[in-house]
Amino acid sequence: MGALDFLLQGLATAADPMLLLYALIGVTLGTAVGVLPGIGPALTVALLLPVTYRLDPAGSLIMFAGIYYGGMYGGSTTSILLNTPGESASIITALEGNKMARKGRGGPALATAAIGSFIAGLVATLLLAFLAPTIVKLALVFGPREYFALMVLAFVTVSAAFGDSALRGLTSLFLGLALACVGIDQLTGQARLSFGVPELLDGIEVTTMAVAMFALGEALFIAGQRVQVDDEVTAVKGSVWMNRQDWARSWKPWLRGTVIGFPIGAMPAGGAEIGTFLSYATEKKLTKYPEEFGNGAIEGVAGPEAANNASAAGTLVPLLTLGLPTSATAAIMLAGFQQFGLQPGPLLFATNPTLVWGLIASLLIANAMLLVLNLPLIGLWVRLLTIPKPWLYAGILLFATLGTIGANPSTFELGMLLGFGVLGYVMRLFGYPIAPIVVGLILGPMAEQQLRRALSISQGDWGYLLHSPIAATLLGLAALALIVPLILRARGKGQVLAQLAGDED
Amino acid sequence: MSVQRHEPPRRRDTAALIVAAGLAVIGGVMLWDSARLADLGGYSGVGPASVPRVVAWGLIGLAAWTAVEGLRGDFPERPAQNPAPVLWIVAGLAVQLMLLHTAGFSIATGILFAFTARAFGKRNLAMTIPIGIVFAFVVWTIFSQLLMLHLPAGPLEQLFFPGG
Repeated sequence: MGALDFLLQGLATAADPMLLLYALIGVTLGTAVGVLPGIGPALTVALLLPVTYRLDPAGSLIMFAGIYYGGMYGGSTTSILLNTPGESASIITALEGNKMARKGRGGPALATAAIGSFIAGLVATLLLAFLAPTIVKLALVFGPREYFALMVLAFVTVSAAFGDSALRGLTSLFLGLALACVGIDQLTGQARLSFGVPELLDGIEVTTMAVAMFALGEALFIAGQRVQVDDEVTAVKGSVWMNRQDWARSWKPWLRGTVIGFPIGAMPAGGAEIGTFLSYATEKKLTKYPEEFGNGAIEGVAGPEAANNASAAGTLVPLLTLGLPTSATAAIMLAGFQQFGLQPGPLLFATNPTLVWGLIASLLIANAMLLVLNLPLIGLWVRLLTIPKPWLYAGILLFATLGTIGANPSTFELGMLLGFGVLGYVMRLFGYPIAPIVVGLILGPMAEQQLRRALSISQGDWGYLLHSPIAATLLGLAALALIVPLILRARGKGQVLAQLAGDED
Repeated sequence: MSVQRHEPPRRRDTAALIVAAGLAVIGGVMLWDSARLADLGGYSGVGPASVPRVVAWGLIGLAAWTAVEGLRGDFPERPAQNPAPVLWIVAGLAVQLMLLHTAGFSIATGILFAFTARAFGKRNLAMTIPIGIVFAFVVWTIFSQLLMLHLPAGPLEQLFFPGG
């Protein structure tokens, strides 16, 4: 059976009314958190993990994917109307989008963002469906050493390759790896770093850590800022619809953005932001109206918005086929799979094809829902932006603690939440990136297990790790990703990398 | 989040040195802990203590690197912070943590809600605490009664849902 048959079967699964409801809840929540500044899809999925313990696995995963897609749509609304990105992948959209809104062209800006997101989501999800079976076949020849090499590559690109300092990225990663060591060793059953505290034997709960880092750390950081920016929402004037010229200038950037965003999401490079920067640079170079760039060029909204949605779909390729998360949201979705006892990877396509293909197909449906939610109903989302900050953050903290209490109503767990929240605050204060510590905690134990398996096979011969061409190539790429940025920064070319910082989503 | 890098004046950055010391301490604790594990390497030669040791030495190396950057003043400048709102939120979380099992979810979380709102400028606690408790109670009802999440009940919850 080809990918098309699987996809059609998946569509039949996803058309189940309950699953449609989950998808609708997911995209609605996702759009809402994308619109609200300060909370992103990673945090929302982390908050929902405990709530979904007792729900249907397929439905919950469809909801999580809907949140991811929805977050990418919603972020553009905030960028365009408020000049504050709703989530990190929409930073670029704020450049041109907000200028358009101020010139009274907010409607077409929102429209090109939404339609571009739709087209990119559609094309990229189809690419995901047709690429996945091939990668699964490839992944079947992967042994422990290849997986270990892949994870090392992910560690390096998430922490050291982008951002303004390799030191701070690596420190964040190693803190995550240190936290990952806490608890009972998977292979020998010995307690590590638990200091006789029984609550630590199970290890550090990923959701507690992620919620603390993203919600508490961010709230503390915003609350402590001396200069409180009072954001002003630009009203949407005139028609939401694009005119003939807008269409003519948008369709190529949409397609180019998709082509740029998808592979970047699929690479272990940490986040959807990078694709949006590249797409913006491309559009700026190719445009026929260079004088408009910086003053509200529609291409500068259409391209990056398509790129960030394509990246979101691209991220799902390594997550579903290899079990490898390449962004913070994907890392937390992996925790979501594990919560239901499912391990994403080539085997999942064989053991549970209904679930995987139902998930992929429901993304197509979610994408269509999002277009409807984001164009005709735009007024509703704009109203979300007018919630006063005190109530917004009080609510965020209420739900953040609710998730942790719901998972484990112990004083100890809440103490950990508070401790990690303060850690997240201090890390933000000193400019440490947050994604590496989360990725380190989630991937650390998997990397350790693969390494020990690989070395068991070779009976302790480390050279074995390099004897497979795939593993050697991956490790070589990881070394390059570590060394090249260090040289670039030493030569004073670090600003470009700083702008490409993989942040949160 | 990008923090602007300011060039000179370059001087010793005490906070960065404290961070470096903290990283070195974590590395040291990990080495100490891994020393008491029975290292059953087996066939691989890599036992349960190996990875913590590698991570620990990594942290110690990063601590040294941080110290060097701190001494050279290479750390980015930190945005000015108001301590009061930060402490209000931390206090709110601490109060919630202590009251959760005696006063129940709604009262404990209502106080957290009000303290957070205070940190962001709603100063009238006499108004925000009741609002917070009512809101938290509505949330408690939805999540514990409809979604079957186990949330601690206190006097307020038992008043409305006896035996729940």
